[in-house]
Amino acid sequence: MNPAAALRDAGLAALVAFGLFAPLVGLRTDVSPTGGLFLRTRWTDVAILCGLVFAGRFLLSLWTGRRGLRPTAGPTPWTARLERLSTFVAPALLGLALVLPFIPGVERYELDIGILVLTYVMLGWGLNIVVGLAGLLDLGYVAFYAIGAYAYALLATTFGLSFWVCLPLAGILAAFWGVLLGFPVLRLRGDYLAIVTLAFGEIIRVVLINWTSLTGGPNGISGIPRPSFFGLPFDASGDPGTFAGFFGLEPSPWHRVVFLYYLILALALLTNWVTIRLRRQPLGRAWEALREDEIACRALGINVTTTKLSAFALGAMFGGFAGAFFATRQAFISPESFTFIESAIILAIVVLGGLGSQVGVAIAALVMIGGFELFRNLEEWRMLVFGAAMVVIMVLRPRGLVGTRTPTVALGQKRAISGDLVSEGHG
Amino acid sequence: MAYALQQLINGISLGMIYGLIAVGYTMVYGIIGMINFAHGDVFMVGAFVSLIALLLLQLGGVMDGTAAILLMLLFSVAVTALYGWTTERIAYRPLRGSFRLAPLISAIGLSIVLQNFVQVSQGARVKPVEAVLSGGVEVFREGDFAVQLSYMQMLIVGTTLAALAAFTVLVTRTPLGRAMRACEQDRKMAALLGIDTDRTISLTFVIGAALAAVAGTMYLLRYGVIDFYIGFLAGVKAFTAAVLGGIGSLPGAVLGGLLIGLIETFWSAYFSVQYKDVAAFSILVLTLIFMPTGLLGRQEVEKV
Repeated sequence: MNPAAALRDAGLAALVAFGLFAPLVGLRTDVSPTGGLFLRTRWTDVAILCGLVFAGRFLLSLWTGRRGLRPTAGPTPWTARLERLSTFVAPALLGLALVLPFIPGVERYELDIGILVLTYVMLGWGLNIVVGLAGLLDLGYVAFYAIGAYAYALLATTFGLSFWVCLPLAGILAAFWGVLLGFPVLRLRGDYLAIVTLAFGEIIRVVLINWTSLTGGPNGISGIPRPSFFGLPFDASGDPGTFAGFFGLEPSPWHRVVFLYYLILALALLTNWVTIRLRRQPLGRAWEALREDEIACRALGINVTTTKLSAFALGAMFGGFAGAFFATRQAFISPESFTFIESAIILAIVVLGGLGSQVGVAIAALVMIGGFELFRNLEEWRMLVFGAAMVVIMVLRPRGLVGTRTPTVALGQKRAISGDLVSEGHG
Repeated sequence: MAYALQQLINGISLGMIYGLIAVGYTMVYGIIGMINFAHGDVFMVGAFVSLIALLLLQLGGVMDGTAAILLMLLFSVAVTALYGWTTERIAYRPLRGSFRLAPLISAIGLSIVLQNFVQVSQGARVKPVEAVLSGGVEVFREGDFAVQLSYMQMLIVGTTLAALAAFTVLVTRTPLGRAMRACEQDRKMAALLGIDTDRTISLTFVIGAALAAVAGTMYLLRYGVIDFYIGFLAGVKAFTAAVLGGIGSLPGAVLGGLLIGLIETFWSAYFSVQYKDVAAFSILVLTLIFMPTGLLGRQEVEKV
């Protein structure tokens, strides 16, 4: 595109931007102390935004005029480099995760962020089974997280069961709900499935809010027991029956944080290990085949029902584990922690990491949740950036940042398949 | 009896709003086969723009009911249609021919963007508005209970019917409508016959957004409170309406909207208000399982 045309194009874009931003940004409605509404004008902000759009569009059209910006077909050199890089990144990340509590300078705050990031890594890996491997878009994943959390909280506070007994129970319960949800929606196409799972997530939340006698309603459940180190509780007394006393250590709240950190690390690695092992087995391959083309799958005699249900159940189970961990870490849960936006965040992590890529999910969780913590005081902006990132990544690299869709097995030469080369059946 | 009649009136006026939004879903689905997840948020943008228009009009001294409402509608429709066009251009057009989950994920991202954009630019607090049009007529009286039909409800039903009539004429009688129906049947063939499919799809989004803006204005006038989050629930319910009526079918969307509005109103009136959202969601799940084509939908045949 020649500069004159690019200029005209950019002018048009700025005009559209003015139309978009002038009412909503330029005129802010504020509630006055008397309760009425009044308008506050912010024309400078509108001018800045329009200027940015103009400049951005102009530079973009000059740049694409030279290079041709198209979603790439097949593996690009960049992807190949990333692939090679990821073989080093994975062990490096794992090593870092293992020694994190012992790195000098890592305090309570840093470790808490580590726990948070690992929780999302685990949730991402759990959802990756459903979305990344089996290709079933689940927008209600947070429901299983909630079921796990409430299962642990209720079992522990009502029956006094220990964390280690409740953890598998929470997982089983969540898996059970996964099957229960999966069963009726088996016949649905991808996008219907997404909406139904979303509805399911919301139903669970509304029930949690309103079933006050069981769940405590909006007040949630507090006083959830903390985990113990194989029966040895963490407390400050230093008795021989406690963790510190048994090992002859100085009692310190640090021990519990470190324990929680390793607990979630172990749970996350378990999720990863199970996924990686399953991918090499017939079930995992059936998932991948299902993701690529459901009709072909049926034609080849794969039992679509059990394949889908097992993906739902396994994904839900790991969500339930993560939920139980969340409950024991927070010692307090309420329906507020399980809104749709949580599902969207977990889905965004899976998508940005590249649907199906384990390392990608871990990196995406690290970048997004870690990045979230850095910009904690910009609460509302970060979701904006988040949503924008989802759109941009889908437009530029629909298969995610790291992931190329290399099937685990292939006939003959193993090739990476880009989204452009295959037209997918409506699964 | 009188109580039920009042609920019927309330349900119909609520259902009209859902129907207007549902038309946007069903139209986009019909033409490009994707669920425009951000459509509920486009509706929310429409409500906000009409709120801003209302405040501008009050500054300008136009307080008269009908004129003010008409100007609000026009302003909101114009700006929201621009939003509809832009969203299609930025988030959906580049993804045409991409893998099937891509546009849906992009739409979810867009929905988050719109919500948080309005939250950042307009603030997170709820915006209360004084009633522009108040009063009504008493239709029927039974003992102490008077059945009210407010002017506002008449306006909603009237405006919705007018918008839908204009829309029906557009789809059935104009060249654009013909192009839209052609694209819906077979996009490739339509392109071969010289229809600018990209432009047609763009205009579909524009029309959908315009109808959502009408719905947003009506919502603002009827309920008098909006915030940046209203699009989510309204969107899911309107989607339910579209599915119930048979996705892809325009009369079905309106019918579905009315049914959802009625079910929700009667459910809140006779069972429990807390679980009214569960009622709508359950209908969605049940319809998809037992009647995936909806009331007026066509059977979809999958070709390999």
